[in-house]
Amino acid sequence: MGFASPLAAYLLVAALLFAIGLAGALTRRNAILVLIGIELMLNAANLNFIAFWRYGPHPNPDSLTGMMFAIFSIAVAAAEAAVGLGLVISIYRHAKTTDLDRINRMKG
Amino acid sequence: MHVVFFLIAALTLGGALAAVLLKNTVHCALAVTLAFLGHALLFLRLDAQFAGFAQILIYIGAVAILVVFAILLTRGSEAPASGIFSKTWLLGLLIAAAVFAVLGWSIIESARALAVDSAAPQVTVHDIGVALVGRYVLPLEIVALLLTAATIGAVIVALHEKERPR
Repeated sequence: MGFASPLAAYLLVAALLFAIGLAGALTRRNAILVLIGIELMLNAANLNFIAFWRYGPHPNPDSLTGMMFAIFSIAVAAAEAAVGLGLVISIYRHAKTTDLDRINRMKG
Repeated sequence: MHVVFFLIAALTLGGALAAVLLKNTVHCALAVTLAFLGHALLFLRLDAQFAGFAQILIYIGAVAILVVFAILLTRGSEAPASGIFSKTWLLGLLIAAAVFAVLGWSIIESARALAVDSAAPQVTVHDIGVALVGRYVLPLEIVALLLTAATIGAVIVALHEKERPR
């Protein structure tokens, strides 16, 4: 694959990772693996931020923006993972399963 | 492109694919750890040292451990007899393929206009620290509040609730 731009190769890898994460989130039964798929999607977005940051114009006064966005996004993803897995454990206590096809009612 | 890039990309994509496809949930957690490591290596190759090591610390050190704990606490490692994929897996796969087609098409179409190469950014950890307490101090405080709230919320949600008479 002869890409003129290394940025395009990184973007393509990120797109592929996003698609894999989306497929995992949409097709798996286990709630924990759905969360793993969402983490993969967030990671792919971070890779885009870092790739655009690296191949942007340097030096410029805003040269930290892409990096900062990725760092804050990592922090928000960590919070999301903590709350999501806490919810999965709570649902498991209630429904005795993490199978999303069998968790089909909202009444406790 | 360098051969190292293809190796790291193959590691990342292989880990992600294995995480989505494997049957045993614990194996999936290990595979996704591999994908996180590949991500960190890609960040390091993009001259983003701080983000790369933050990725290793947060994803491999915290998120992967959280996932393993959640698997152990829910006894989710045994695959259900009815299969690991949900009833609507074909629809999900089609949606993911369509999303990838759109993203890939737009990247390939615009590849000619993208920058061929640029000077490596000279950003040190010192610069990041100064920016965090200077220009980005408000987002930093908000993230601190969010992480505190998320930690307390996760503990409260996962707390063992006593059986109440209904």
